[in-house]
Amino acid sequence: MTPKIEFRGLSHRFELGAGDFAALDDVDLSIAEGEFVTVVGPSGCGKSTLMNAAAGLLTPTGGEVLVDGAAVHGPSPQRGVIFQQYALFPWMSVRKNVEFGLKIAGVGQAERRAKAQHFIDLVGLTDFADALPRTLSGGMKQRCAIARAYAVDPTVLLMDEPFGALDALTRVQLQDRLLDTWSRDRRTVMFITHDVDEAVYLANRVIVMAARPGRVHQVIDVGLPYPRSEEIRLSPEFAELRRQVWHAVYHQPTTLEGSP
Amino acid sequence: MSRSAKRPAKGSALLLTAGSGVLGLLVWTLLANSGIQGFPGPLSVVERFGTLVGDGTLPLDLLASLRRVLIGFVLGVVLAVPVGFLMGWYPAIRGLIEPWLQFFRMVPPLAIIPLAIVLLGIGETPKIFVIFLASFLSSVVSTFQGVVSVDNTLINAARVLGAKDRTVFTGVVIPASTPFILVGMRIGLGASWATVVAAELIAAQEGLGYRMQQAQLYYDLSTIFVQLIVIGLVGLLMDRALLLAERRLTGWQERR
Repeated sequence: MTPKIEFRGLSHRFELGAGDFAALDDVDLSIAEGEFVTVVGPSGCGKSTLMNAAAGLLTPTGGEVLVDGAAVHGPSPQRGVIFQQYALFPWMSVRKNVEFGLKIAGVGQAERRAKAQHFIDLVGLTDFADALPRTLSGGMKQRCAIARAYAVDPTVLLMDEPFGALDALTRVQLQDRLLDTWSRDRRTVMFITHDVDEAVYLANRVIVMAARPGRVHQVIDVGLPYPRSEEIRLSPEFAELRRQVWHAVYHQPTTLEGSP
Repeated sequence: MSRSAKRPAKGSALLLTAGSGVLGLLVWTLLANSGIQGFPGPLSVVERFGTLVGDGTLPLDLLASLRRVLIGFVLGVVLAVPVGFLMGWYPAIRGLIEPWLQFFRMVPPLAIIPLAIVLLGIGETPKIFVIFLASFLSSVVSTFQGVVSVDNTLINAARVLGAKDRTVFTGVVIPASTPFILVGMRIGLGASWATVVAAELIAAQEGLGYRMQQAQLYYDLSTIFVQLIVIGLVGLLMDRALLLAERRLTGWQERR
């Protein structure tokens, strides 16, 4: 079966003042249809670069990304992206934000409105449909951004530290909502995070990356069953996985020398 | 509380403004009574104001000045907005235009007047031209700044939802740079107003600046005061009107 997302020999170098910098070096990675994969790693490991390449927002200097077997050239509504900074259009109401992608897709006004309403209700923003983003809390903004991404019905969700700026409680609530939706529609998710707990709690598989140059350091399978709950979060199995991931993230070889 | 950095409450702010007005009038009266030759007090200025309104001079002068400002200002903005957008969107166009823009920004519009009079005659054209220049220069720079500072994440968000260049431009770049354009318009209007009065001092047959220049010949300080007060008040009113439009159109901004 063709993987849903496949990174083939992906490399990316950024030009910096004092020479260039390898953000990614020869990354090979496959994500299967319906999988929930989290990518975790220290800053500078290129995890956001990896996601931007998959989103088509960045053209890698080497290698390629395939989605459903076709090379990615530029962004597409097939690949929904959730940004850490929410990226809501501040001059549009929640409703207008959610309708934005549908309008581009040429969906008629009545259908657009009904669809947008459905996703606004789904993320619990019914009472805020006509509110401007500046009046919403961080968690509500991200829920609006999620509704906006779902509205165009992407086959893949690419999430770049989406809950990174939220308080701990809101973060856990949004994690549970996301898993809830995912377990119903099994839409492939690639989720970038720097939070080890979050990485383990959400994923089928945790990809741990290393920095300088950015590369895949270790892949850890999470055998925990879904639905995940507080019980799982407090289980010894979770603690053990968390320890493994933590170790992989924070005890990395600092240079390339000596690594295989 | 008196040293608090907070703005005073609405009621006491109004009181302070009124108090400031009264204080100003008091200082003015004192100055008038201090024996400076021909220095008019508030009463004689009000009297002169009545005369100038009564014989139609002031309304006609005001109309002449406003007409010049509005024509020049509107022409300047109408050209500045598309040029600013082009500069922000296409780096090549920016590279070609920006050196000239930066150069002309350093030349006060008033310094162009002698040249404009020689080339365009002493009619309305040279005055409107310098006002146009003043409003164009301030609006074009801020429009361009607005386009350049549009948050890249917003552009990316639109693109991943399927937006092509055209939609990104009309749906994201234009609304996101509106606050900058409006700020530029406010600065441009202020600059236009300042320029028209000065332009009229040099060559005109009517207008607030011309009236002051005439009054100067006859040592008529009351008339000069009337013109100055009208210039200040009209400028203030125009600025407030644009500020109101700005609040209306860009109320979506996150204020910190």
